[in-house]
Amino acid sequence: MNMTLYKLTQLDFCAVDLQLYLDTHPGDTKAIAEYNKILTEASALRSEYERKNALTAKNPSATDKFDWINEPWDWEAQYN
Amino acid sequence: MWIYDKKLEFPVKIKKKDPKLAKLIITQYGGPDGELGASLRYLSQRFATVTPQAKAVLTDIGTEELAHLEMIGAIVQQLTSDLSIEEIKANGFDAFYVEHGLGVFPQSAAGAAFTANAFQSKGDPVTDLYEDMAAEQKARSTYEYLLDMIDDPDVAAPIKFLREREIVHFQRFGEALEYVRQHLSANHYF
Repeated sequence: MNMTLYKLTQLDFCAVDLQLYLDTHPGDTKAIAEYNKILTEASALRSEYERKNALTAKNPSATDKFDWINEPWDWEAQYN
Repeated sequence: MWIYDKKLEFPVKIKKKDPKLAKLIITQYGGPDGELGASLRYLSQRFATVTPQAKAVLTDIGTEELAHLEMIGAIVQQLTSDLSIEEIKANGFDAFYVEHGLGVFPQSAAGAAFTANAFQSKGDPVTDLYEDMAAEQKARSTYEYLLDMIDDPDVAAPIKFLREREIVHFQRFGEALEYVRQHLSANHYF
């Protein structure tokens, strides 16, 4: 697995888990600070990864071919 | 609305085909305690819930369950990719094959097609959250029974991850239930 994608997967999972925690602990300022820090780190890694590989269809594409459709897709073993 | 992110919540990379195992794991795709039912349960129930915390929890867990549905689909697909007719016959995958080929179909391990009859959206925030906590426990039990059947660490890793998420979700639903209780008692419903 691509190392940037691997790290981004980890960070995005941390964000999912913390988001869920904050849903029922919305006043936990320490957790909010951690959540904001993770989102900033994840956003930087996402930009780095998306220079070559689209993660969402809304990523700006190369002009000669729409990147979004590139294989492999995420459920395929080669992607992971 | 939702936006598709082209990556799994937890990586699935399986090297060894195992159609027998795929037939069991598919129950978490479309079976009674599977991820599809879980997602539809929470995303439907949220329309009738109260308190910002319960609305957030049902929305976010309902969304995460779709990422889990996708992981289960990936596991089933990778366990059955490029099976030969001989492998299909030898591993008892023939009944599934004649109905679905090597497609991924939402069904239980026993072959029953997905049904919404396995869950409720009762319009009562307390009733619904109790069902949700039970649902997370039922899914956890299913993942533990599946782990009894799994030897391949490539398959066990994502299944263990999914089992752990059931425990976290159970905890969050319990906390949401407390907010709902406080809200309703403040309004003298009880």
